[in-house]
Amino acid sequence: MSELPMEAPAPRVGDPTVIVDSLHVEYRSFAGGKRADNKSSLLKRSRGTRVVHALKGVSFVAHRGESIGVIGHNGSGKSTLMRSIAGLTPAASGAVYAQSRPALLGVNAALMPALTGEKNVILGALALGLTPKEAAEKYQDIVDFSEIEEFIDLPMKTYSSGMGARLRFAIAMAREQQILLIDEALAVGDKGFRERSEERIRAMRDRAGTVFLVSHSMGSIRDTCNRVIWIDHGTIRMDGDPKEVIQAYRASK
Amino acid sequence: MNTTDYEALAREHGLERVGARPPLGEYLMEAWRRRNFAIALAKYRIQASLHDSRLGMSWIVLFPILQAALYGTIFGVIMPSDTRPDNFVPFLVVGVFTFGFFSSSLSGGAKAVTGNVGLVRSLSFPRILLPLAQVIQFAMELVPMVIVMAIIVAAFGEPISWKWLLVVPIYALMALFNAGIALVVARLTVHLKDVTQILPLVTRLFFYVSGIFYSLELVLADNPPWMLTLAQLNPVHDYIALVRYCLVGGTELQTLAWVVAVASAIVTAAFGIVFFWKAEERYGSE
Repeated sequence: MSELPMEAPAPRVGDPTVIVDSLHVEYRSFAGGKRADNKSSLLKRSRGTRVVHALKGVSFVAHRGESIGVIGHNGSGKSTLMRSIAGLTPAASGAVYAQSRPALLGVNAALMPALTGEKNVILGALALGLTPKEAAEKYQDIVDFSEIEEFIDLPMKTYSSGMGARLRFAIAMAREQQILLIDEALAVGDKGFRERSEERIRAMRDRAGTVFLVSHSMGSIRDTCNRVIWIDHGTIRMDGDPKEVIQAYRASK
Repeated sequence: MNTTDYEALAREHGLERVGARPPLGEYLMEAWRRRNFAIALAKYRIQASLHDSRLGMSWIVLFPILQAALYGTIFGVIMPSDTRPDNFVPFLVVGVFTFGFFSSSLSGGAKAVTGNVGLVRSLSFPRILLPLAQVIQFAMELVPMVIVMAIIVAAFGEPISWKWLLVVPIYALMALFNAGIALVVARLTVHLKDVTQILPLVTRLFFYVSGIFYSLELVLADNPPWMLTLAQLNPVHDYIALVRYCLVGGTELQTLAWVVAVASAIVTAAFGIVFFWKAEERYGSE
């Protein structure tokens, strides 16, 4: 959980920041998967246990300054890959190495719809690991970026979906991250807000970070990424130049 | 490239494995750094839970008063018995309120990790903060309850004395004990969801053996003394007995209760922390 120490040599563009080493992830489910004619005993450990092999040996190296788009069909393992890189989903085997702790963009789970936007800004900032002082300093920035100043003292559940999404994005971006993972977050809000968020992400990448972006929108992948990884059924199908990979992905449908 | 190449490359560039469980000391330091998140979580959860009810915050106090009135009616009026001390209402109120702190920590601890899968899957922080946030929340809710308790006790004619201040360290010890229990059940339910089904029974068991609505000393008076000693080794009973000793007249101090209260707080909390930390990498794998 601690901040990893920055090594002595100055960070250069092109240095590895994230190494994914033959990563396997499995989910175990006790519910479902049991066939009606299955007469096995209740106490048997194997009852209804199903193992879903979400990632089957994924390996790649990400470098400083890269902005990597991750594409694939629903259920191909994109979100699992993001969560594993962030260290939130344990690996069944293999490992992820990183220079600093990769952070998944999103604070939705920490927020409480019954509370005002104001309280949620503070709660979200603390959830991201800011100190109360830093949270207070960032407060105005967050509110300004989300453009909901006049509704900030209303419960978040009264917000329109666009307002809620803008506030969530603004809170999530409050902490500078070296390695940022974004899961379908760009498709929110109106055109103006989308452009400003993409701008913000590009700025973060330019500060010598590494960005991963999961999206079904090939447009935003092309606009923000300089490398694309195509995940298919838990393995890497293709990895390389955005144009080529997107073309091959489209051709496969 | 094969597997060893990646590992060597990671080492060469000083990259560390993500999600690795840090040593205990480092883990606790990080948890301490992030303490404000746990406190905010506790505070805002209370506000959010009462947000929609008309009476709002007063429910924190109202619910235990109704609970005490219910038990008082059943055990004091409908089924009176000679196993109850004379000052039964203060005796019962202290028992019910204090026991509530334990039982909510037990059930809240069980849900601390499994009920917050979303948080665990999207944000990285020491997971120990989740069960601790639960206990902090119940400790916050306890404060107005203790004030109500003191008012009820005083209203029934108990003299106000300096001893009343002792409830603060007693509840602090109990909070440590509850935190240990919450940490243990938080991890157990991650391994085995079935634990949640058993917990209500465990709560009932403790409710009946901790002498909430009867006096253990009176009930076991005719039995061999070892039975009373055995019953007094239950820490939950001892915390209740100590608070009663402070607030309610006619209860004498037992040295054993103090020893058990202090020792079980330290041992349970220490065990809970280590037990929970050992599985840090597992949380979120469901």
